[in-house]
Amino acid sequence: MVEGEVERPAGAMARPAPGWQQRLVVRGGPALVFVGLLVLWEAAVVVFRVPRVILPAPSVVLGQIVSNPGFLLSQASTTLLEVLLGFALSLVIGIPLAVLIVSSRFLENTFYLLLAVMNSVPKVALAPLFIIWVGTGLPPKVAIALMIAIFPIVIDTVIGLRSVPPEMLDLARSMGASYRKVFWKIRFPAALPSIFGGAKVAMSLAIVGAIVGEFVGADRGLAYVILTSQGSFNTPRMFAALAVLSVMGVVLFYAVDFMERRMLPWHVSHRGEAVGQSE
Amino acid sequence: MAYIEIRGVGKTYHSARGSLRALQPLDLAVAEQQFVSLVGPSGCGKSTLLMIVAGLLAPSEGEVRIRSTPVAGPYTDLGIVFQRDVLLDWRDAVSNVLLQAEMRDQDRRAWEPRARELLRLVGLDGMDRKFPWELSGGMRQRVAICRALLHDPPLLLMDEPFGALDALTRDQLNLQLQRIWSTSRKTVLFVTHSISEAVFLADRVVVMSPRPGQIVETIDVELPRPRHLAVRESPEFNRYSQRIRTIFEQLGILSEL
Repeated sequence: MVEGEVERPAGAMARPAPGWQQRLVVRGGPALVFVGLLVLWEAAVVVFRVPRVILPAPSVVLGQIVSNPGFLLSQASTTLLEVLLGFALSLVIGIPLAVLIVSSRFLENTFYLLLAVMNSVPKVALAPLFIIWVGTGLPPKVAIALMIAIFPIVIDTVIGLRSVPPEMLDLARSMGASYRKVFWKIRFPAALPSIFGGAKVAMSLAIVGAIVGEFVGADRGLAYVILTSQGSFNTPRMFAALAVLSVMGVVLFYAVDFMERRMLPWHVSHRGEAVGQSE
Repeated sequence: MAYIEIRGVGKTYHSARGSLRALQPLDLAVAEQQFVSLVGPSGCGKSTLLMIVAGLLAPSEGEVRIRSTPVAGPYTDLGIVFQRDVLLDWRDAVSNVLLQAEMRDQDRRAWEPRARELLRLVGLDGMDRKFPWELSGGMRQRVAICRALLHDPPLLLMDEPFGALDALTRDQLNLQLQRIWSTSRKTVLFVTHSISEAVFLADRVVVMSPRPGQIVETIDVELPRPRHLAVRESPEFNRYSQRIRTIFEQLGILSEL
């Protein structure tokens, strides 16, 4: 039976493997655009004689970072810890919560209503309350980060767990599979793409939460640096903190994205790459 | 005692918009090792009947007995194939077939040689490590059939398994199914809306009416086996097809207008 040669497999795309020049353009392109924008920025500050306090030139910001890297790094590590703890807790609490919601109609109705109500209260408004309740230091920032980041995790995990085709579940029932087997071998893997989608959003929100927490009551951290820089009109330092914060955000986001690629090579969003390499 | 006894089975679906009578109470007996086709128009309830036999759906009235035991929940000593192949995207072909073993708390390594042999038998030699998205529709459905056969069940339920495939692949799979069945002689209940597929594969064809479904006629197909595709042009085959077509015309399903 020569089926494999006559039929065309559904996933294969008929485009040639990219050459090294194309790959350089694709990878190098965004970096070049970014550098170009920095150059424009520098030029604009000089040409229009923009005051340093309004918009410092990239060279000035860079100088700020380079002159005292230890300071910024230590502040960044505080913020990073807040973000990572908030994110990790949102997964550890959010995913089991979603599993509970899916397993019981009663729980679903109760929790979803609760979540909807809590979600409509802007968590940032609760930040001062958290300071009173939990005090200062790490815990309130982590709590706020957790509070915001948990929503996409719960919602997307519930959606993912429900995304199994009913025929698959019928099949599992006719195989006599236990609920636990069905969950671990079918429902949970099927939910992973959705969970990762939620995780990417949660990561971004955990950063927001940590920043809000630092704005409201902190004595260290990158957002704290931003706030105090405002007080002393030290715009270059503000920009330096913003730059480090942005880099941190990008790295964290791509860390989740990388984990997704590693764990879900089979997903429709990653298939083109795998097929291109294997053939 | 028949292998499958369907007695007075009817089904009514209730929803907020009212109730829908899917099946009138009907009776059917399927003998052991018999290949029975259920043919009827869309919506006639043949899939509903299959699901009731499988124990995946409860009847509104009547009962089903398999080997004299009433079916009270999902019946597990069977293999089932749906119209959609429902393979797991994160498992390769052989792992999808082995899902049957894993779900039954079996060690997959013990079943791996049989899984590979089944894939070879349906013409998927060398495709063991391919993922579902690397396979065509016909290939995926064949993997689903192997999955249904892994544990060598005495009963096979198939719900329009070739419905989503093109005509050529369908013919090929009809032949392969016939070959598999003739060597293992399972009891098969095969749902289809294709008259020629129903007659080609079966020992008995059960013709169903439109909703609410009931059995209009049962036809014994006396064509010798093994049946080649060419038999579909023979006068005997045509007589069977014509009889079923006439029934459908009388029921208003087909009209030569």
